[in-house]
Amino acid sequence: MTEDAALTATAARAHSPEVSAARARRWGAFYYAEQVLRVMKGYGWSILMYSVGQPVAYLFAMGVGLATLVDAEDAGAFGGVSYLAFIAPALLVSAAVMTAANEFTFPVMGGFKWRRTYYGPHASPLTPEQIAAGQIIAVTLRLLLQSAIYFAAVALFGASPSGWGWAGIVVATLAGLAFGLPLMAYSASIREDKGQFALVMRFIVMPLFLFSGTFFPLDTLPWAVRWIGWISPIWHGTELGRVFSYGYQEPPVLTVIHFVVLMALAALGWVLTRRQFVRRLGQ
Amino acid sequence: MPPSAVPEAQVQVLFHIPEGSTSLRRVHNKAIVSSSPSAGHPIKQHTVIAAQDLRKTYGDLAAVDGISFSVAAGESFGLLGPNGAGKSTTMKMIGAVTQRTSGQLSIMGLDPDSHGPEVRANLGVVPQQDNLDEELRVRDNLLVYGRYFGLPMSYLKPKADELLEFAQLTDKAKSKVDALSGGMKRRLTIARSLINEPRILLLDEPTTGLDPQARHILWDRLFRLKEQGVTLILTTHYMDEAEQLCDRLIVVDKGRIMAEGSPAQLIREHSTREVLELRFGSERNTTVGADLQGIGERLEALPDRVLIYAHDGEAALEEVTSRGLRPLTSLVRRSSLEDVFLRLTGRSLVD
Repeated sequence: MTEDAALTATAARAHSPEVSAARARRWGAFYYAEQVLRVMKGYGWSILMYSVGQPVAYLFAMGVGLATLVDAEDAGAFGGVSYLAFIAPALLVSAAVMTAANEFTFPVMGGFKWRRTYYGPHASPLTPEQIAAGQIIAVTLRLLLQSAIYFAAVALFGASPSGWGWAGIVVATLAGLAFGLPLMAYSASIREDKGQFALVMRFIVMPLFLFSGTFFPLDTLPWAVRWIGWISPIWHGTELGRVFSYGYQEPPVLTVIHFVVLMALAALGWVLTRRQFVRRLGQ
Repeated sequence: MPPSAVPEAQVQVLFHIPEGSTSLRRVHNKAIVSSSPSAGHPIKQHTVIAAQDLRKTYGDLAAVDGISFSVAAGESFGLLGPNGAGKSTTMKMIGAVTQRTSGQLSIMGLDPDSHGPEVRANLGVVPQQDNLDEELRVRDNLLVYGRYFGLPMSYLKPKADELLEFAQLTDKAKSKVDALSGGMKRRLTIARSLINEPRILLLDEPTTGLDPQARHILWDRLFRLKEQGVTLILTTHYMDEAEQLCDRLIVVDKGRIMAEGSPAQLIREHSTREVLELRFGSERNTTVGADLQGIGERLEALPDRVLIYAHDGEAALEEVTSRGLRPLTSLVRRSSLEDVFLRLTGRSLVD
């Protein structure tokens, strides 16, 4: 009896279904983003330690260790800047791409298959598009935060001579999405886990990381493998980051192309992801 | 949405007449009798769900093959049938998460295909497979879910506590979901489905996989909801569950409706008052039939037992023994929906 009394004695009533639906139609993606961020908060410390620890370790190893050797050998090889200033934008972009590669693989597969977390909100007023968009919004926020921390470390190491270096935060996030969203569409299409993600990491992410003009300019590579850079979001992001970070000289049209390629990859990834979510959740 | 938004035709047409089978036609006729207003059928009441010739096909397979029914506000409506009968697919269409292939469907006067978010805002859904957020704590699962309806935290926090109380999970509020037992997870899923104070609750096999005690706790909670006027739509392949919870149900097999009515009506129309169950050992169950002819109204020989349908089970048993037959075990029981299903389809509900 007491429970029944408690049930009827609720002070506030839920708003009407019409209001729920109207709000969900408008803000649904953000509602789902809120859920993803709450889950992320559960392992917030490890996200933070990773975001701080990774740049410090890389910048220290490359900037203090390797750079001493490289700069002593040939100071002019990297367009007149220190080796550390040369690789810092590349490391920033690569870190964002790798985080995106993690966030848009296992959690997406898990949402459909293992934990089935997408099916709960799918029964609510949210639409499949909004669930996909919400996850992307949450990951974008994580990428921005992580890149901001990374950039702070770069600045502390004195590796961002220009006053525009902070724009690298946005560039890295965009590069993360340019790589991550097509990958998200792929993850959403996988029915059985047969180790595809390990292959993606080993045979796509790693080669892109190594051959995207990260540690040496792309034009020092033979023509045969230079195409890897051209199709790589890491290369486009890195070159764009360098323009902001230390005023790297390249034809302006190339700068525009970098931006357009990143935007186009992200947009294509979004269209494919949305289609996969609508199709798979609606079955 | 006002009830007038439901087209009259959808409310009136309660049954799809399957073509061919005369026995099915008979079922249809009986069902019409049972659905007359004098029998307490909700034709005159506010219809919240109306389906007409609803169909869903996957390639060549017709998961739902033209079913029609309507559900009134506050009614407890069941879909009873074996696995693969099309119950879950029907629930997904009602839940506005899967589009129908053809036919008419209206939930609170809305077409789920064009008004998905609006339809889902009216519903609470307990899926067959729990999909709680295992990475969040018990109470957070309720809060997060409420946010999907745009509900403010000022409403959600007291509501979550109230629902945890209702689901008897208050002392687990801060636990991780994966620390809960199967029955607790199920109750949490039900609590979650109530966060938006839905007018209609969809329950897809709510107690499958639970132990008897957990089932009874769950039934008790669902019964309280029913008393509060929540419309319950549930699928089950447990006849006792259907008997406990449903005012009215449809028996579904192979995507079609075999019969419709209240549990008592169905038993009255399709079975006898009592059933005598005899076991003669696996060798003899099917061969002993000839010796039992004429006892009771009907005889059903299954591999593991023989069922004799009779008005008076004890009298039938006396007749059996008087014929010199010595079954290994005998049991007289009341007829159940299991018998109805067996009669209608020639198969058991749970294989």
